[in-house]
Amino acid sequence: MYESKRLGYLFVLPFILGILAFNLFPFAASFALSFTDYPLIGSPTYIGLENYEKMVFDDDLFWKSMTVTVSFALIVVPARLAVALFIAQVLNFKLRGINFFRAAYYLPTILGGSIAISVMWKFLFQQKGLVNIILDTVGIDPIPWLASERYAVWTIVALNTWQFGAAMVIFLAALQGVPKSLYEAAEIDGASFWQQFRNVTLPIITPVIFFNMIMQIVHCFQEFNAPYMITEGGPLYSTYFMAIYIYEEAFKYFNMGYASALSWVLFFLIVSIAGGLFWSSKYWVFYSGEKERAR
Amino acid sequence: MSSDTVASALPKTRIPSNAEVLRTQRRERISLALRYLILGSVGLLMLYPLFWLLGASFKSNQEIFTTIWFLPKDLTQLLDFSAYYNGWMTRTEFTFATYFLNSFLIVVPRVIVTLISCTLVAYSFARFEYPGRKFLFSIMIGTMLLPPIVLRVPQYLMFKELGMIDTYWPLILPSAFAVDTFFTFLVVQFLRGTPRDMEEAAIIDGCNALQLLWHIVVPLLKPALISVALFQFIWTMNDFIGPLIYISTVEKYPVSLALKMSMDVTGEVAWANIIAISIVALLPSLTVFFLAQRYFIEGATSSGIKG
Repeated sequence: MYESKRLGYLFVLPFILGILAFNLFPFAASFALSFTDYPLIGSPTYIGLENYEKMVFDDDLFWKSMTVTVSFALIVVPARLAVALFIAQVLNFKLRGINFFRAAYYLPTILGGSIAISVMWKFLFQQKGLVNIILDTVGIDPIPWLASERYAVWTIVALNTWQFGAAMVIFLAALQGVPKSLYEAAEIDGASFWQQFRNVTLPIITPVIFFNMIMQIVHCFQEFNAPYMITEGGPLYSTYFMAIYIYEEAFKYFNMGYASALSWVLFFLIVSIAGGLFWSSKYWVFYSGEKERAR
Repeated sequence: MSSDTVASALPKTRIPSNAEVLRTQRRERISLALRYLILGSVGLLMLYPLFWLLGASFKSNQEIFTTIWFLPKDLTQLLDFSAYYNGWMTRTEFTFATYFLNSFLIVVPRVIVTLISCTLVAYSFARFEYPGRKFLFSIMIGTMLLPPIVLRVPQYLMFKELGMIDTYWPLILPSAFAVDTFFTFLVVQFLRGTPRDMEEAAIIDGCNALQLLWHIVVPLLKPALISVALFQFIWTMNDFIGPLIYISTVEKYPVSLALKMSMDVTGEVAWANIIAISIVALLPSLTVFFLAQRYFIEGATSSGIKG
């Protein structure tokens, strides 16, 4: 029966329709719209490269937003991966209560996107909030987290780092999959803990580091909920991420054409970074038994 | 290189002296203590904000912004649930009963259609042979990397053409077509790792495709489908930008939008109200997570590792 082509196509049909209607068509439409002026009322007018020209030469907010987004990703992606790998490494041991810790660390990731968590974060980082109270007891002057152009983005960074759970469980599973014999061999060779980590663990888990990196980059460049809720893009646009800019252009000012152009620039940025990583992966990602992985 | 050195090292292996054993044991104990120390302090950092939030719902404005300890100074305040009552009633004409109902009106249908469409499509990908299957599968992988943000404007225009703005359709309909590719992928990978023996036996016994799917494949897929349902439940509960774009009538707001609205209108009356309602908003997700955390961890793990 599994040879029946007709049944195979029948079952995959929803996906074909869905991917065309909700992904591929909008994807192409968005590209086309990016060359138009479309204020939602009336029909789109073709204006060539004008949107892109305006963006590059004439839109300070675009550059501001781009800078904010890129520097945010540059901080958050490595921070999250480092914390996730570190905790996974600590957990990868004959420990009692490993399941409890794993669940406790994963919880913020599960709840993290929720608006309720953003509300909580906003309270924690108030001028007189918990974070400043704690800083005060160790003798540090209160920091105007949400009101200052310099610190606001760090509250979002902290929230995102707090949610390292998804990357951690993937790292932990990878660490548990490293053959014990390799460590035993390294032990006999007299390798220290750090040498074992650098020369045995790291090379073997590079595919997982690579996977996590790609996922986190795609995710971080689209950060929306936290800056929208906690800092509302401010102060002085210091947390005005690209996702907020696109959202406001499209659904507040109804500049559908310009919003599409902005989203394509963001898309292009994500694709080039991911592409760069894929290209570089042949130099640093180590696949064992590549043939078996194919199926 | 390693095999050489290992071989030359082997003959030198001897029974370790007593002192060495003791030293190893001591080192292991220190390592264990250090690990627990790190895990404990990081765990505190992870969970304390949540405890603090819970305690703050029983505190006065003044106490929220002066104390570190999560419990209120006067423990009898823990019996005072007025913040929960006030938060639930809101200062609008609707209570959170409406908003929760709305959330469930989105979440429940969405989870159901996700399960059905993912199962069908994953079944096709994992078991059938037909031209174009690999191509479709690679499209699926590709769309996992496609940022939803690029699709938002045209999707909005499309749903506007269809007259679906300010309804729940835009939030549910796409899931009926298996375009939440992360889930489909998860089920495909799970099914690929499952032996076909039972299905082959059932085919010989004369099962048709739908019987086979329902009686053999779905029971096999149960753990994966539970993961999918749980993730979809929580992600849809948490979804904010979707309702923000498509839902404009307050009466139709789901919890996430209502919470944002409460935050905006509360002013400086009693912070405990908004904190209390935030906790209530987290309850469904928390309950689901604690009842079934195994499935979350397994789902999150398998999606990554087999990729």
